[in-house]
Amino acid sequence: MSNHYDPTKDISPSAAYPEVSFHHHSDDATFKKRVWRTTWILSVVTIAELALGFFIYYLHKGEPSYFFVLLLKGIICILTLAKAYYIVSVFMHLGDEIRNFMMTIVVPLLLFIWFIIAFLADGQSFKTLKNTYDKHFEETTMPASHKAAPAETAPAKGERQ
Amino acid sequence: MAHEATVNTHRTKWWSGGKSPFNIEYGKVMMWYFLMSDAFTFGAFLISYGTSRFSQNFWPDPNVVFNALPGAGHANLPLVFVSIMTFILIISSVTMVLAVHAGHNRNKEEVQKWLIWTIVGGLAFLGCQALEWHHLLTSEHATLVNGQIELITQTTRHNPWGQLVHGPELTAALQNSSVHTLATLAEEHHLSAATHAELMQTPKDQLVQLIANSPDVHIREKGPAAFGGFFYGITGFHGFHVFSGVIINIVMLLMTRANVFENKGHYLMIEKAGLYWHFVDLVWVFVFLCFYLI
Repeated sequence: MSNHYDPTKDISPSAAYPEVSFHHHSDDATFKKRVWRTTWILSVVTIAELALGFFIYYLHKGEPSYFFVLLLKGIICILTLAKAYYIVSVFMHLGDEIRNFMMTIVVPLLLFIWFIIAFLADGQSFKTLKNTYDKHFEETTMPASHKAAPAETAPAKGERQ
Repeated sequence: MAHEATVNTHRTKWWSGGKSPFNIEYGKVMMWYFLMSDAFTFGAFLISYGTSRFSQNFWPDPNVVFNALPGAGHANLPLVFVSIMTFILIISSVTMVLAVHAGHNRNKEEVQKWLIWTIVGGLAFLGCQALEWHHLLTSEHATLVNGQIELITQTTRHNPWGQLVHGPELTAALQNSSVHTLATLAEEHHLSAATHAELMQTPKDQLVQLIANSPDVHIREKGPAAFGGFFYGITGFHGFHVFSGVIINIVMLLMTRANVFENKGHYLMIEKAGLYWHFVDLVWVFVFLCFYLI
């Protein structure tokens, strides 16, 4: 035991946490490069998202195709996930932790896949039920462009029971 | 016996104590698990917002709701103010990374410098949010309520972000409204050079025609009731996280100044505060997506 650990001679963080056997710490040049690169990626992706947002705004001045707008929104969602990946992996250093630890964080978050599908489907189903059984809800909230035929003889809002 | 002892020395016993199987100190592991649980809280809020939104035939267009910029008056500038807020938060996340790195180098001056910039960024974000909330809570919009026009703001009970009202329905609603409301509307949208008092003396039919024929006046129905509650609830919960992050960073700054970390021999506490701060930025990325972009 010639190289036995001696806390009194240690000035590294290991002095306080001897159970941690190595620390990931990059030199200044590598670090700077990585932070700048990530900052640029986050900024460029945000600008791309905003550009798509403005494009959707521009489209809404006309009568855009529902699925085209949905596609653009889907692209924005994917760009957001990319941003989240860079923040967690680089800024929060999760990408530098050992794999087992990463998995204890990432695997539980996979529940979100089910949450999102299940609860959005629930909302969609509630809407369908309301439109089927509550005609007043459908008539008062359905956007005019979605109605099959413009209701010419529809009574004014105040007159309806 | 001798054979078994040799085998054991070649095998690292990760789970028998003395070593961290995850190779991180306890505090950091626990900060990660706290943040994971917080992610579920925010996720639950945002998903319930999604459920409500999917259950409606109509949902307000964010470009209609968030189109103001402080100091720009009535100019229609969708997405501009929230982009500024987003960039403030991204930049303050970068300065936090720099503070953590300076801590690794045990450079006290640099740690203080970057912590101060992070705190400034956090306060700037909170200031922007305060301006945005103030604008939404106080700016009145002409809205069709029970057959007449009323001036309402966005609260947790109602909001003016429903569908546009056109044609005969609009004219009828204007006819049912008070002269005072019509005069206020005409004055706000600069439809006439007359003062409010003069407009009050104008015949009602004339005011109705003036407003109904103006392309600048957009009168909407009331929007889905849940919109305001979700907006204030979720951005408020996020803003509360930013606020507590700023407090944590101020505490870190004071501890650095008092040489607490210098005497300990390491700045690992800054790293944990940094994790929390980055998480706040991470959540904003999703709030920005759900409320402003899609």
